[in-house]
Amino acid sequence: MASAIELRHVTKRFLTPSGTTYTALRDLDLAVQEGEFCAVVGPTGCGKSTTLALISGLEPPSGGEVRVRDEIVRGVGRDVGYVFQVDAVFPWKSVLDNVATGPRFRGVTRRDADERARDWIKRVGLAGFERYYPHQLSGGMRKRAALAQTLINEPRILLMDEPFSALDVQTRTLMENELLQLWSATRASVVFVTHDLEEAIALADRVVVITAGPGTVKGVYRVDLPRPRNVAEIRFQPEFSRIYQEIWNDLRDEVLVSYERSKRIVS
Amino acid sequence: MSALSASSRSALVGPEPTSSDLARTRARTNRRLLVNGLRVGVAVLLLGVWEIGTTKDATHPDGLWIDPFFYGRPSSIASQLWTWAQNGTAQGPLWLQVATTLEEAALGFLIGVGLGVIFGVALGRVRLLADVFAPYIKALNAMPRIVLGSIFILTIGYNIWSKVALAVVLVFFVVFFNAFQGVREVDRVLIANARILGAKERQLSTDVIFPSALSWILASLHTSFGFALVGAVVGEYLGAYQGIGLMISTAQGTFNPSGVFAAMFILAVVALSAEVALTWLENRLIKWRPNTITDVRI
Repeated sequence: MASAIELRHVTKRFLTPSGTTYTALRDLDLAVQEGEFCAVVGPTGCGKSTTLALISGLEPPSGGEVRVRDEIVRGVGRDVGYVFQVDAVFPWKSVLDNVATGPRFRGVTRRDADERARDWIKRVGLAGFERYYPHQLSGGMRKRAALAQTLINEPRILLMDEPFSALDVQTRTLMENELLQLWSATRASVVFVTHDLEEAIALADRVVVITAGPGTVKGVYRVDLPRPRNVAEIRFQPEFSRIYQEIWNDLRDEVLVSYERSKRIVS
Repeated sequence: MSALSASSRSALVGPEPTSSDLARTRARTNRRLLVNGLRVGVAVLLLGVWEIGTTKDATHPDGLWIDPFFYGRPSSIASQLWTWAQNGTAQGPLWLQVATTLEEAALGFLIGVGLGVIFGVALGRVRLLADVFAPYIKALNAMPRIVLGSIFILTIGYNIWSKVALAVVLVFFVVFFNAFQGVREVDRVLIANARILGAKERQLSTDVIFPSALSWILASLHTSFGFALVGAVVGEYLGAYQGIGLMISTAQGTFNPSGVFAAMFILAVVALSAEVALTWLENRLIKWRPNTITDVRI
């Protein structure tokens, strides 16, 4: 099967304000199949978000090669959707205008864009809130709006950067289930970055563990839990705990490394 | 999920008013009456002391405590205003003076704001332009720009355009710096999101950067209309055929302090009306923003 996303020997260095270089990713190899849901976990500051920035084309790699659907990434591509960790909906646009933004940018007429936006607003459960501004919505509702805003472009590649980390646990479980539903209809290739291993296993076909920075792949684990899944209940399956333990053995060392480092910086 | 939406919506709309809500409304009305009453009281007290202090009689030929020859008195200021309104000023009818000053200030304001926004957004977006022009703009801004008024009177003449030019120069920098800062402060995530959603460079400017900088720009408009009035009045003061600044200058030349105060009173009314209009405009343009800022405003 063809890889939807392929990173080969990718390195990313940043220039720090003090003039030194900081290596966020080193020699990272990653491939995501067409229609696959891939979760990326790793300790804080291991370059998970950087990986997404490279795939999206927002940032160029310092070395190596990033391919999306067999083409080398040069700039932001049409097939990519990106759900950010923080609120990225436009505060001066109503929910309807926010969701319609993508099609409008891509040259769809206002009438058609609004019609499609109304449909997506319904699909994410925000019907009735079309005229509201983001500051009038709860965090979970803003996240739904962001999801509709991204999915309306029907991206073949969906990148998600800890999208639900700011939500309370109940809303989060709801949103995870809804995401799986929406995804099963589109079958886009997903890269879902999270620091929450439970979330990663519950959602993904495959979990990739990244080492403490500079990030590189430490291990790849297949999650063979049946779909459709219910995120709230899947955690109680014995298979779930088995996979969890297996991955955690790997992840624990990296989390400790990154924790030791952060202690050293503080002291 | 639909249950969640329904409950959130009712939280947004709010329940029926209860008796404690009504009590709160009544308390708020009472407070507003108290505040307005005290405001009137302050004005009566100040004007009363001023009026009585400048009272002349046989034992106090220079006024009770204050000499009205230098400081005027409220009743003569009022009668001065009445005379101007009835018989016109030395240089023509009163409405023409107000209209002239307003026209100069408004033109200077509009041109200054337009230029300030264009240059602010351009320099904010293009790093090279900002780096090249930074020292010049800093130098021009450091200069006391009022002195340019004399140059404008000499080169442009006594007509309204010399005043408009002075107002433009004063307004430009205020708006420019706000627009520039506003563009620089745009949330990087919003820009990244817009680019992913398919925005081209021009759409980034119109759909993300300009609206985001708008609250900064609008905040500067309050200050800058004041500056536009300063430019117009000072320009008229330096040399003009019409205008409130000329009225002040004439009153000063004829030792008429009540005339100066009366002109100041007219200016205050004009400035306050402009402030009300700008606040209305601001609320119209950024209705998407939560009302935290209007709460702290006096």
